[in-house]
Amino acid sequence: MALDRSDIEKIAHLARLAIAPEQTERYAADLSNILDLVAQMDAVDTSGVEPMAHPLHMAQRLRPDQPTEPNQREHFQSIAPLTDSGLYLVPKVIE
Amino acid sequence: MQWETVIGLEIHTQLATQSKIFSGAPTAFGADPNTQACAIDLGLPGVLPVLNVQAVRFAVRFGKAIEAEIAPRSIFARKNYFYPDLPKGYQISQYELPVVGKGQVEIVLDEGTVKTIGVTRAHLEEDAGKSLHEDFQGFTGIDLNRAGTPLLEIVSEPDMRSPQEAVAYAKKIHQIVRYIGISDGNMQEGSFRMDANVSVRPVGQAEFGTRAEIKNVNSFRFLEKAIQFEVERQIDLIEGGGTVVQETRLYDAAKDETRSMRTKEEANDYRYFPDPDLLPLEIDADFLAEAVADLPELPDAKRARFQADYGLSEYDADLLTASRELADYFESVAKDSGEPKLAANWVSGELMAALNKAECEIGESPVSAAMLAGLIARIKDGTISGKLAKQVFEGMWNGGGDADRVIESQGLKQITDTGAIESMIDAIVAANPAQVEQYRSGKDKIFGFFVGQVMKQSGGKANPGQVNEILRRKLQG
Repeated sequence: MALDRSDIEKIAHLARLAIAPEQTERYAADLSNILDLVAQMDAVDTSGVEPMAHPLHMAQRLRPDQPTEPNQREHFQSIAPLTDSGLYLVPKVIE
Repeated sequence: MQWETVIGLEIHTQLATQSKIFSGAPTAFGADPNTQACAIDLGLPGVLPVLNVQAVRFAVRFGKAIEAEIAPRSIFARKNYFYPDLPKGYQISQYELPVVGKGQVEIVLDEGTVKTIGVTRAHLEEDAGKSLHEDFQGFTGIDLNRAGTPLLEIVSEPDMRSPQEAVAYAKKIHQIVRYIGISDGNMQEGSFRMDANVSVRPVGQAEFGTRAEIKNVNSFRFLEKAIQFEVERQIDLIEGGGTVVQETRLYDAAKDETRSMRTKEEANDYRYFPDPDLLPLEIDADFLAEAVADLPELPDAKRARFQADYGLSEYDADLLTASRELADYFESVAKDSGEPKLAANWVSGELMAALNKAECEIGESPVSAAMLAGLIARIKDGTISGKLAKQVFEGMWNGGGDADRVIESQGLKQITDTGAIESMIDAIVAANPAQVEQYRSGKDKIFGFFVGQVMKQSGGKANPGQVNEILRRKLQG
């Protein structure tokens, strides 16, 4: 499957990645190659093989329902660019 | 043209766990901003989510309550989108394999018919944080206390055909999650939020019309009004030659209208994929059995039993099973007093009226079930008349102690001493010769006047049966 320029721009935008225009072609080629590999694997007959959701053949471990995390707001907010009244401040977003 | 409305609901119900779904941060409501947001909730690098056992247990309980299949193996997926109150850039949810599969609930429509509404699935996911847009000039404040709070998203089939059906279904789900103790269902605090998918189609058409999704409705009344508005908007649009656009809309309660959220085209491209940080959730028979071992009697079963065991009308049974606390209260009064009908009347009458007036819940009632049963016992054994019982109830409500104490302190005990009633009546008969004459000449209606006089004289305490009997005898002359 071949991705074109507009596919790359859309994917980059969805991932909020800035890609220089001159790099777009190379990404298109690289990602298309990856998809070709997937297509090759897709061609293998896997009927009767249960799909895996994770490479480890294990089940999720569960945690008891107990609060264990103390309040570390000061610590966490020391690396935030902007805070006020305990809130993180970000540029205005309106729906 | 005749139009048919088609509605499906997605309900997000907050699970009543102590800690978050993937972290050990507490979930208490109303804490200072960001004091309950740990490294996992903040999406800091290098952290690993670990699933909360109680959230899984709650999901299983819900599945059992709606007779759904519980998936022996389900998968957590990342739902990718960017918003400041979602610091990781994705929400952990379930996509292809949810923990709860197809189930169903029954709703009762106005005319008494029962309709089955399908539940497509219910899946576990984490909540996002809160954005505060108003308070800061040019900035949005972010509180991540809610980030990572466990939610069960309950998705219905598009089985509802009117706003009223949608409300009946939502209320039923609300009732169930509270009965089985998996959520407090507090709508003011956002523990129960509804999204409605609404479309219209010409009656008789098989395929659905284009739907609009009304997001984040947090009251049953608003749900009904929002759907009502949206249905009219879509019909007007189509009949005016336009077409409905598939989009997300918000309900504005102040203006009673829905508005487009004008989201970007690609906003719905969530690019789900299995979360590599979480292994498949496996639920075996032992876990399942343990999770539902103490599942209480469900509302439908309780309603049927109240009708069968206590002879309640469908209306009373419905009313008294609205919440588990109310049903338990009624049942305790019914059993202690041995008078289920009287118990039903008192609970649904005086007690509910007093609770509504004081705006408090059954759990906060100053009159306990034992106290109300005590009052009913005193009506039954003739200590007080039914009329004075209301006064006794008021006394108990206002902190006067149990029924016996209120009767004693307010002197409300019924007079059953025949001699005392006789002498009272003798005096009244002697004092009203004209009325006696009227009665004896055949004017039966004047009898009520005498009863009134006796009651007035006795302060309402004379036993009505005895008063009637003695009066008749005396008036015969």
